[in-house]
Amino acid sequence: MTTRIEKRFAERKAEGRAVFVTFTMAGDPDYATSLALAKALPKAGADVIELGMPFTDPMADGVAIQAAGLRALAGGQTLIKTLQMVRDFRADNNDTPIVLMGYYNPIYIYGVDKFLVNAKEAGVDGLIVVDLPPEEDVELCLPALKAGLNFIRLATPTTDDKRLPAVLNNTSGFVYYVSIAGITGSAAPDATKVSAAVARIKRHTDLPVAVGFGVRNAESARAIAAGADGVVVGSALIDVLRGTLDAEGKAGPNTVKAVTDMVADIAQGVRSAR
Amino acid sequence: MTVQQVNSFRTGPDERGHFGNYGGRFVAETLMPNILELDAAYTAAKADPAYQKEMDHHLAHFVGRPSPLYFAERLTQKLGGAKVYFKREDLNHTGAHKVNNVTGQIMLALRMGKKRIIAETGAGMHGVATATLCAKFGLPCIVYMGAVDVERQQPNVLRMKMLGAEVRPVTSGSHTLKDAMNEALRDWVTNVADTFYCIGTVAGPHPYPAMVRDFQCIIGNETKEQMQKAEGRLPDSLIACIGGGSNAMGLFHPFLDDRSVEIYGVEAAGHGVTTGLHAASIAGGRPGVLHGNRTYLLMDADGQITEAHSISAGLDYPGIGPEHAWLNDMGRVKFLSATDDEAVAAFQLCSQLEGIIPALEPAHALARVMDLAPKLPKDHLMVVNLSGRGDKDLDSVAQFLASKK
Repeated sequence: MTTRIEKRFAERKAEGRAVFVTFTMAGDPDYATSLALAKALPKAGADVIELGMPFTDPMADGVAIQAAGLRALAGGQTLIKTLQMVRDFRADNNDTPIVLMGYYNPIYIYGVDKFLVNAKEAGVDGLIVVDLPPEEDVELCLPALKAGLNFIRLATPTTDDKRLPAVLNNTSGFVYYVSIAGITGSAAPDATKVSAAVARIKRHTDLPVAVGFGVRNAESARAIAAGADGVVVGSALIDVLRGTLDAEGKAGPNTVKAVTDMVADIAQGVRSAR
Repeated sequence: MTVQQVNSFRTGPDERGHFGNYGGRFVAETLMPNILELDAAYTAAKADPAYQKEMDHHLAHFVGRPSPLYFAERLTQKLGGAKVYFKREDLNHTGAHKVNNVTGQIMLALRMGKKRIIAETGAGMHGVATATLCAKFGLPCIVYMGAVDVERQQPNVLRMKMLGAEVRPVTSGSHTLKDAMNEALRDWVTNVADTFYCIGTVAGPHPYPAMVRDFQCIIGNETKEQMQKAEGRLPDSLIACIGGGSNAMGLFHPFLDDRSVEIYGVEAAGHGVTTGLHAASIAGGRPGVLHGNRTYLLMDADGQITEAHSISAGLDYPGIGPEHAWLNDMGRVKFLSATDDEAVAAFQLCSQLEGIIPALEPAHALARVMDLAPKLPKDHLMVVNLSGRGDKDLDSVAQFLASKK
């Protein structure tokens, strides 16, 4: 069965351009704003929507995404509500793939089997769980694949040729190449190095490779998109969102528009890459 | 709970780092090659007699081991029951048990050719021990410490700085030990090639829980020999405080298969386990995944980690080492708790009866000794791990007592 993710990457490949993946935090700064933003993203140019599942202790994330998670939690976001957000999104969008990204503990506490059933029903297409390396595949990866969800793994600059097959085994949908050894929102990656790394991964797999971490604007997105199947932008969007919040961290009248304007701008960059 | 019947409680973890259902390697992919490299390097070092010999040398001449097993005569008289011994880890160089582990890890870092050391610290004792060994071996040292802990453990901050370490206050999350560990992990992910992460307790991804335990087992091994010399037999009970649980594991592990020995771990109950303001992950938590391992954690219904509370910065952590979690489920170790009030009372009593100012951490264990010992016969031999000295806590205790007036 072809998933929405596989279909979307194939479509964009046929069109000769890279897939633009946006990352926003579910529930940041509140449910309604976050849902309105998610619904507006495809029209602004997002090809795949990555929704963060907030967690108190995101050990691979920089300050922007840490703060977004805490804002969402302060706004009452839970994993139950994140799945509800996907359901609400799917009410009028059945094409745009949705990937949930986060950490294992909230899923573990929700219950893996129940989570997979509910996520599939809600319309989730794939999962990225940062703290589940291949060594822990029995926890969630294998059950997720069985449930018909894509399990997208991160490959990093430290994943050498010897380890790469282990990382790619059981990965599906696409491979998420982390452009730098570091946390989200770090310095911009060197596009030449990234392109070489993508080529290296592609020698080991037929899956599309999307690149994220440190992609901050249309220009860097264009440079990365020239040598990859997809580009992920997260912290930069979250920084724009944060800039629209009032002193108490509440959404302003311009919150959704400010982010979608940024998305539209970056989408232009991605589309003009090749 | 009835004790599960197994051939040995000392064979874990399995090759994937599991103690029963606990432990594991729940880390970001960026770190996996490092974790595997560390595992291989530690396995090789363990098998190398030269490594052990050098470590023994530093432990004897730099740390000052063995630490005494001391008969706490006046405390024993006062309590009127069990004969209470203190394992004097407070007398180690740097003032706590932490240095046993740090010596092992820094020597491993040197073997691995790592050029930069990072550590997290709560009370600051692990930070001080790491800064000390880094000074001795000429390695740059960065210590992540929650901003709240920087405030309440100033003497240790000054010590670390004097030793040449850089102390980075952490202002994310609850500004305490768990956040310091998050920041250290973020640093490690960013500087993965040249950096050695010196974890201070028996938690984190495999091989840390087993490796730190091995380095701390010198506490229990010495205790066994010293008790044999003093009393001609095994102790009847062991008791130690537990945050992550490294001092406790070091004392307990060599005795796990001596079934006659009762073993008690004491968690920090803060304002009381029922108040929600505590750091007792076994008493008030449930199994989850954080900081690279599955273990008992304090969390809400959504799986979000909740803030721990304890007057003792060293116990102020919402988790516990995975091997402790397993020993709890197996019924081999009994887990108790002590409140801030009880710990401070024991802190004062020990200072005034024995002339030993204990750290607030082992004061939690002493608090339970005060109600266990009187009920036991006079020939019962009880060993308390006096895991550190209390100089660092004088301000905290003075403030606490002033607030009660």
